[in-house]
Amino acid sequence: MPSFQLQDYVQLFVSGLSTGAIYVLIALGLITIYNVTGVINLAQGEFVMLGAMLAVALIRLHLPLALSALGAILAVALFGGLVHRLTILPARQAPDVALIIITIGTAIAIRGAALFIWGTMPRGLPEFSPGAPIAIGGAVLSRQRLWIMGTAAGVLLLLYLFFEHTLLGKAVRACSINRQAAELIGVDAHTMGTLAYVLGAALSAIGGIVIAPLTLVSYDMGLMLGLKGFVVAIMGSLTRAPAAVVGGLLLGVLEAFVSGLWASGFKDGIAFLVLFALLLVRTVPWQDLWRRPV
Amino acid sequence: MSLSSRFWREKAHRNAYGLLVLGALVALLPVFLRTPYALSTMVLIGIDTLITVGLCLLMGYAGQISLGQAAFFGLGAYGSAILTTRFGWSPWPALIGAAAITAGVAYFIGIPVFRLSGHYLAMGTLAFGSIVHIALTEWKAYTGGPTGLPGIPRLHIAGVPLKSDLAYYYLVWAFALGGILIALNLVDSRFGRALRAIRDSQVAAESVGVDAGRYKLQALVISALYASVAGSLYAHYLIFVNPQISSLDASIRVLLMAAVGGLASIWGAPLGATVVTLLTLALREVVPLISGYGSGEHQIIAYGILLIVIMIFMPQGVTVAAARAWNRFGGWPALRGRLWRWRGGR
Repeated sequence: MPSFQLQDYVQLFVSGLSTGAIYVLIALGLITIYNVTGVINLAQGEFVMLGAMLAVALIRLHLPLALSALGAILAVALFGGLVHRLTILPARQAPDVALIIITIGTAIAIRGAALFIWGTMPRGLPEFSPGAPIAIGGAVLSRQRLWIMGTAAGVLLLLYLFFEHTLLGKAVRACSINRQAAELIGVDAHTMGTLAYVLGAALSAIGGIVIAPLTLVSYDMGLMLGLKGFVVAIMGSLTRAPAAVVGGLLLGVLEAFVSGLWASGFKDGIAFLVLFALLLVRTVPWQDLWRRPV
Repeated sequence: MSLSSRFWREKAHRNAYGLLVLGALVALLPVFLRTPYALSTMVLIGIDTLITVGLCLLMGYAGQISLGQAAFFGLGAYGSAILTTRFGWSPWPALIGAAAITAGVAYFIGIPVFRLSGHYLAMGTLAFGSIVHIALTEWKAYTGGPTGLPGIPRLHIAGVPLKSDLAYYYLVWAFALGGILIALNLVDSRFGRALRAIRDSQVAAESVGVDAGRYKLQALVISALYASVAGSLYAHYLIFVNPQISSLDASIRVLLMAAVGGLASIWGAPLGATVVTLLTLALREVVPLISGYGSGEHQIIAYGILLIVIMIFMPQGVTVAAARAWNRFGGWPALRGRLWRWRGGR
């Protein structure tokens, strides 16, 4: 085993945080969609892939990076709304099992279409600000990782402002708290559902675009990222965003340490082991343990 | 007419008749389709039928979605493969051993998952499936890694190895028909009624004393057993396994077969397996003509769209939708009338 020094641990920690930030973005999209529409969207990862793929495609048209990223995010957001209108709304009376199967169908259809259009060759996206890595506290950090963390933080702040301080955001939240009550006071739940999908898709697309310069972009990149975001969303019980933020960062760091110190082949398995552990922990009746026996 | 309608009203009669018809079909098909390609396709359809019946029990009757059927299939296949090639077991004990291991694994997944309400089984099995896939790929000492594990012996009956595809075809379909028979009986037993009660309302079922968690756990274990036996049959047929059989895409394929046949229809399983297999073969022929890439992976677009359309327009499966359309059309008398008029009669 190579000798590890403090700066190596810092290095792993910080790069883990930036990967975790991506998981957080994906998970927040999932949570938004689940709380407003009640759908567990297993196609979330495909929005990530679409965001990155479209950004690459737009750059190839010689558009500037910022414009390409923005265009890709908008396109994926619109596409998300379309997915809600075309696949979820027509089946809103169907049982949960059918809705989950529909999102699986959506995911593999999108993945297949991406394969059809872009082929199997992975593509690259240029770094946002190319240049030498930056040294922080002995750790050497690529500029893109700073971009990832900065973007994630900015998006979180915007989300907070949107949900807490705008009428539209409050309407979306009202729908997730009590759908019928929200409809009684004149909130159109279907529109809010579409909006949740738009938001969720945009969040995933942002995640895909900022991580694309570090990992190559391929048609099947969404599968693993989507599953990780899913595990993180479950860390927050599919409802609590703050828990998902902490959980996502922790998962990223955990993965970085396992693949850095041990074997990278098992890296992708960690998220699922964590999920199992979570499911186990959740079955323990914690409240009962605190209560005195009656 | 009255006698026959009373006959058909008895579900047991309908099922017995259905099994007879399917059995006769299975027995006679090789007479017409004798090419090795057709025969091996029909063997694989039989294996698919078995795994789909298990998933139908779990999804259609327990109302729980599993995204890990291919992982149970993989455990069965690799269980048989490893027990025979690395430990020198003979195939039949290996099949039973692999099934026992798989059932045990399913049991331990089910314990935490079913204590939670909601669709945690989907997530639990999704996670489980990914772990199995990663383990089969990475644990090279036992599984042979991504390239797979060759040299699995053939099954034998009374000391005679089943070398010909025809013999194996009859064996696989004996298993498939047996699996359907067992499932039909399970569905009509106390167990099946309890499952349906839970599916329709867990609260109502529990209030009359049905232990929902226990029944769902049993359904999961039974569906894992079906998948495992199917996996073992697959391993001994191809005498080679690779981790691809346990991938998420493979699980989704099983889901598609169950959805096409109708989630709550045991009889839909052989139909779903046949339709999806034939569709896959057809797409493999057609897709390269349209797209430039040679790989057959494009068929997953069709899988995806098919899943969405079926779930939106015929959530009870193609069989039920077809039966409804048929009744709306007016059944046999209407068809006879139409034909009569079409031929210019009065």
